Amino acid sequence: MLKKTALAAAIAATCASPLHAYAADSRELTEIREQIRQMKNDYESRIQALEKRLAEAHSQQKVPATPTAAASQLVEIPAIAVAPVPAAAASNGNGFNPAISLILGGTYAHLKQDPTQYRLQGFMTGGEVGPGSRSFNLGESELTFSANIDHIFSGQLTFALGSDNSASVEEAFVQAKGLAGGTNLKAGRFLSGIGYMNSQHAHTWDFVDAPLAYQAFFGGQYKQDGLQAKWIAPTDTYVEIGAEIGNGGSFPGTTRNKNGANAAAMFARTGGDIGTSSSWRAGISYLRTRAEDRVHTELDGSEFAFSGRSSLWVADAVYKWAPGGNASSTSLKLQGEYFRQKENGALDSGGNYRSGAQSGWYVQGVYQFMPNWRTGLRHDRLHSGTPTIESGSFPSLAPYSPQRTSWMLDYSPSEFSRIRLQLAQDKSRPGITDNQIFLQYLMSLGAHGAHSY
Amino acid sequence: MKRILHTILLTLAALLMAPAHAGLNILACEPEWSALALEIGGSKVKASSATTAFQDPHKIEARPSLIARARNADLLVCTGLELEAGWLPVLLQQSGNGKIAPGQPGHFEAGQYVNKLDIPASVDRSQGDVHAAGNPHIQLNPYNIGHVAHALVQRMAELDPANAHYYRTRHRDFAARWQAAIRKWEQQAAPLRGIAIVEHHKNMEYLLHWLGMVEVGTLEPKPGVEPGVAHLSKLLRQLQHRPAKMVLRSAYQDSRASRWLAERAKIPAVILPFTVGGNDQAKDLFGLFDSTVQMLLGARK
Repeated sequence: MLKKTALAAAIAATCASPLHAYAADSRELTEIREQIRQMKNDYESRIQALEKRLAEAHSQQKVPATPTAAASQLVEIPAIAVAPVPAAAASNGNGFNPAISLILGGTYAHLKQDPTQYRLQGFMTGGEVGPGSRSFNLGESELTFSANIDHIFSGQLTFALGSDNSASVEEAFVQAKGLAGGTNLKAGRFLSGIGYMNSQHAHTWDFVDAPLAYQAFFGGQYKQDGLQAKWIAPTDTYVEIGAEIGNGGSFPGTTRNKNGANAAAMFARTGGDIGTSSSWRAGISYLRTRAEDRVHTELDGSEFAFSGRSSLWVADAVYKWAPGGNASSTSLKLQGEYFRQKENGALDSGGNYRSGAQSGWYVQGVYQFMPNWRTGLRHDRLHSGTPTIESGSFPSLAPYSPQRTSWMLDYSPSEFSRIRLQLAQDKSRPGITDNQIFLQYLMSLGAHGAHSY
Repeated sequence: MKRILHTILLTLAALLMAPAHAGLNILACEPEWSALALEIGGSKVKASSATTAFQDPHKIEARPSLIARARNADLLVCTGLELEAGWLPVLLQQSGNGKIAPGQPGHFEAGQYVNKLDIPASVDRSQGDVHAAGNPHIQLNPYNIGHVAHALVQRMAELDPANAHYYRTRHRDFAARWQAAIRKWEQQAAPLRGIAIVEHHKNMEYLLHWLGMVEVGTLEPKPGVEPGVAHLSKLLRQLQHRPAKMVLRSAYQDSRASRWLAERAKIPAVILPFTVGGNDQAKDLFGLFDSTVQMLLGARK
């Protein structure tokens, strides 16, 4: 303030006495000039400091800008409450921990027929087949860890914890990320990309249990221990192709003491939008596996084994609709898959075996009629075809066409929880109708898992 | 057989050569960012949005058409702040496009360039769909658009140096028009200061802060939880003590709850465009704010 007055006085003095200037003592003049120069410097340095502070304040908001722009923007900032600067990442060693997500599920099942007698007439099955056990059941709990490994790889591990206190590795894979050109590579154990539902975790399914075709041809879901490569074409329309090789240990294959790939899969799919309200996807997949001494239990409890080759085609399609593409209050999802399999080889007790064409399909529709509430209907059908067997009698493989119809209603208070009621009528073996009632809960904890289409 | 192989190879070759165009191919997660990219990029960019104004940006799916668009994008412009957490990670992973992976120059998160509101002190899912990094609905404060534009033009210039000058020139022009428009909106909206409102979801916070309006309740009992009668009745009783002038919701939100409250509290229910394309006036970013301010002024009477 004092300096400002002095400056003003000095300026006034210089301006007011121009006539006397020439007569003034030159030493006095120099002194005044020096004072003015000092003040000028002083002010300049102050302005510079202010500018610097301004720029610093501005950079803290992470908005790179020129000082003038910063000034004009800063003037307006007080309209917004300034957010606290986020604290630096914790340095206590857990900053790099993988993301953890947990799925808890449980069912109550009321089954008219004894589930231990359940079978799909006409099919050699393996893996998980049937409606599960009666009464209360802890469903599969899933525990997933995932994280980036480094700048090239990311990884994921999913444990499935069964109600019988067993833990199994559902998926454990590493993925190359950031590959250019629409390529995705995966190695380890993963849910195969064939079909539509196969690569989705069970907790995202729209019904309590898998379609009969999945139970008959995959024993639940087909898992590959091997490699997967996928490629998306650089077109405006979605076109994706993929191939997998693996050890073939998952049903319908078995582990074999052989080098090289014992199972191979290929798939291709395309899809797009119809206006803003609808979208669709359709695909075709092929899976080829080999089995060695794959055990099947006959009706009388005796066991026989199949060795040979399975080849399976799957065609899948899904269509989704929501008004304006906004699925928050109403939406519709239609999906269907068709399976066609041939198995050729030998039965250890019956000589040459040819399954003929075995097929199966399901169609289902799920309609969300108001926020949080959905209902769905599904129909399943299998055709065992007539096998050609060299010798012997195999009543469990006598031709039959199992079928099932299921209805469900579910309520999801949030995207992290779901409660479901399902009624089903199952005719999977001759002369027996099983009426099934299920109540199920599915809850998701922890990291926000994003679901695929 | 040879002929079939030939056809396949030719088709593949044709597919590979298809995306030969100049400039940047930009995929935005929300319409406001594709509109902004077009303001800056003009004819040198191809920009589209993964969502429309009538879709909830929290809840869309990584559907096939989006995978194809993500696969071919040079630059992804999203809000970030976990707004797209339910679908973007899957979309990026499935697209097999390393250029737009998080941390790459082709991955632009607008939320990083603004001051965030509603940063929760602690996060727990019992509080509803809370975002740890703060409220992600940043686009309804025009200063935020200005900040994001400033960062976006630099990113675009970095990715496409050949057109950098073009982008910068267009940005300068946009920034000047934007400043002038903000002054106009602020003058127009002066009577809105201090007005109490009810909103559907906590997605108008930045607008309210900008215009000095006050939120006295939300239709959702908790963020992301659908409004229920119990909560709405409580809200109605609360409004008798502390009245609000209007109920706000965005174009994508279900109308039933706000109509219910508006009828009983005898206040207008206002459907704000919320983003570009949300109504006929909101054709671009300027139209979005013109329309928003006009609708608020209209409802105040």
